[in-house]
Amino acid sequence: MIPILKMSEIAPSIYEMIVKNPRLAGKARAGHFVIVMIEETGERIPLTIADYDAEAGTVTMVVMAVGTSTRKMVKLGVGDQLYAMIGPLGQSSEIENFGTVVLVAGGVGTAPIFPIARSLKNAGNRVISIQGARNQGLLFWEDKLNSVSDQHIITTDDGSAGRKALVTEPLRELLEANQLLSENDPNHIGCVYAIGPAIMMKFCAATTLPFNVKTIASLNSIMIDGTGMCGGCRVRIGNETKFTCVDGPEFDAHQIDWNHVLMRQKTYCEAEKCSLQRYIEQTEGIR
Amino acid sequence: MADLNSSPKEPINKVNLVASNSIKSGRNPMPEQAPEVRAHNFKEVPLGYSAEMAQQEASRCLNCKNPQCREGCPVNVPIPDFLHLIAEGKFAEAARKIKEKNAFPAICGRVCPQENQCEGRCILGKKSEPVAIGRCERFAADYERENDLVSIPKLPPKNGKKVAVVGAGPAGLTVAGDLILLGYEVVIFEAFHKPGGVLMYGIPEFRLPKSIVEKEVHYLEQLGVQIELNTVVGKTISVDELLNEEGFDALYIGVGAGLPNFLGIPGEDLGGVYSANEYLTRSNLMKAYLFPDYDTPIVKGQNVCVVGGGNVAMDAARSALRLGAETVKIVYRRSKEELPARGEEVHHAYEEGVEFLFLTNPVELMGDEKGRVQKMTVQKMELGEPDASGRRRPIPIPNSEFLIETDLVILAAGAKANPILTKKTDGLELNKRGYIIVTETGRTNLERVWAGGDIVTGAATVILAMGAGRKSAQDIHQYLESIQK
Repeated sequence: MIPILKMSEIAPSIYEMIVKNPRLAGKARAGHFVIVMIEETGERIPLTIADYDAEAGTVTMVVMAVGTSTRKMVKLGVGDQLYAMIGPLGQSSEIENFGTVVLVAGGVGTAPIFPIARSLKNAGNRVISIQGARNQGLLFWEDKLNSVSDQHIITTDDGSAGRKALVTEPLRELLEANQLLSENDPNHIGCVYAIGPAIMMKFCAATTLPFNVKTIASLNSIMIDGTGMCGGCRVRIGNETKFTCVDGPEFDAHQIDWNHVLMRQKTYCEAEKCSLQRYIEQTEGIR
Repeated sequence: MADLNSSPKEPINKVNLVASNSIKSGRNPMPEQAPEVRAHNFKEVPLGYSAEMAQQEASRCLNCKNPQCREGCPVNVPIPDFLHLIAEGKFAEAARKIKEKNAFPAICGRVCPQENQCEGRCILGKKSEPVAIGRCERFAADYERENDLVSIPKLPPKNGKKVAVVGAGPAGLTVAGDLILLGYEVVIFEAFHKPGGVLMYGIPEFRLPKSIVEKEVHYLEQLGVQIELNTVVGKTISVDELLNEEGFDALYIGVGAGLPNFLGIPGEDLGGVYSANEYLTRSNLMKAYLFPDYDTPIVKGQNVCVVGGGNVAMDAARSALRLGAETVKIVYRRSKEELPARGEEVHHAYEEGVEFLFLTNPVELMGDEKGRVQKMTVQKMELGEPDASGRRRPIPIPNSEFLIETDLVILAAGAKANPILTKKTDGLELNKRGYIIVTETGRTNLERVWAGGDIVTGAATVILAMGAGRKSAQDIHQYLESIQK
């Protein structure tokens, strides 16, 4: 059982959860993910690690309460325990000095982007972060991300904070300016990271493709074991089938078959709806 | 191995007297749930012998001077001895007799391929039917468990040595069970949230109730075996750390095969296409058949195709029926004779209404506008010359393609070696397919590291993994004793 040390709502329906798991915290690196279970009858839920502290033995995750499992999870509080937590899983981010790196975070993607930004910053990169949300209320961790960024751009769909734009707009502008720089210039963008909803990552990949800049996306595929055993998280990368859990979760965004990713995410749509409706009736309904 | 209880042997002729009437007649049939009923529930199919049936059946044993049945058992269970005890009505004693060699009789009595092992060697089988050893084994174990007669044997004092076992499947559990009886401290590291390995995630409830696996694993814990769940060795902790930082004197790798094979045909990434590993893990370990009481969903197909002909394919097909499918087809590229599944499993599947398309191979899967599988193109095959496996090679018949309507395809096409542990273990010698190379007793090229089960042999059976575990446990014991001197 994994003790929960903190559960706080950092934006509407978005929660920061800190748990105690010393062995896992000691092995965690930026880009890794974990699988958690709330209870014995629960699902195995993959979550990208949002922060870790080997000394304190803690791991931080950010959860958006959308389906049954995540809604159940955010109802837990300090003193409660997770039934299971497995990891760290997947390959950690390839941290090297690319010169300048642009990190694009959409929605809860801000959480996994943060440790990657920090590691890239520590590796000597100039870090530009673009943080996008539908509106100001849904932004979180602006200060954290800002603290590891040389430049921090905020966009919202409605203009309630930062620039009224999609994340791809400042991304395109940065890449256009980049064309004028030589590859040896420290301001030259050597790599773009995009983490967020699949549709956002797809459009980031499409934005960077004509500029021929290495682009990495982190996938959050449906999976069970997280160790390569079930193959449920298979994705098409170029002409190959890869498993998100063992080969990923980060892949070359230009090689990912995004339509396939979007399609497979919908596999359990109906079951999820049925489960959620039942859960809402049980917990909130019959008034 | 340590004898758990060395009760004096009863005179053998006593049993022969009782037996004489029933030898010539065949074996007692196993009572089963009727096919039309059981195809719609997850309850166990064979109901088990009554005490009378078990006694009658056990009495058929001829008590051969040189019992071949025992030789046929990968873990050398003293079969005539326990049959003799059953015949005498000493059921709990019979269970304990088996447990001298096998800590998991309720499991093995259900899932061992006895027809190729103990029962395959039974002399009675030459003229009539062999003694139903597996059914008797199951009866004794069930009797002991259901009547709360499981007793914990007296253990030797701890010898101060620690052994780590990676994987709580059949191989690892056997190693742990043997070494704990020899005085070792044993810790099993398991990646899943439940111990049991394939017994929990792979074999369905209707063939091996999970409560039985839990109880047999619990027996090990009562003996003192510690199980650390949710620990992926190679990720959460490494082999090197276990041996050099956590103070383990030896380590056994029994992680299973682990990676599913896909076919490499167009469309196999469509929605509604599963590896058998995923389908069975969802249904068995995660209990998706109880959705939404359990949170894990599963695609419930109406017209299901299962590709493959092994036990895993039969398990998947029969699970699909129970999950509400109208039709379930096994699509197998060779003929009935080459089916690798146990005869009993094929028979059960057939009785329950699973259809078999032999000499048929999938070529392509096609989906609807939502990306869900809708149709499968298959082609007819014919058998050519034997291949490396000794089975006749299937060859496609040109222009023989036809379409099958299907909304759920389960691929049971074997497994590959999982590299998570092996790649993170520096210097561990692997064959070109990624399986660990070991000696006869499971020693790897690394000092203090043994391995066995599917990560050595590729996908095989529960009892073979147990047999490998048994041999390694003895070798680990000899090795650790020798370095003590």
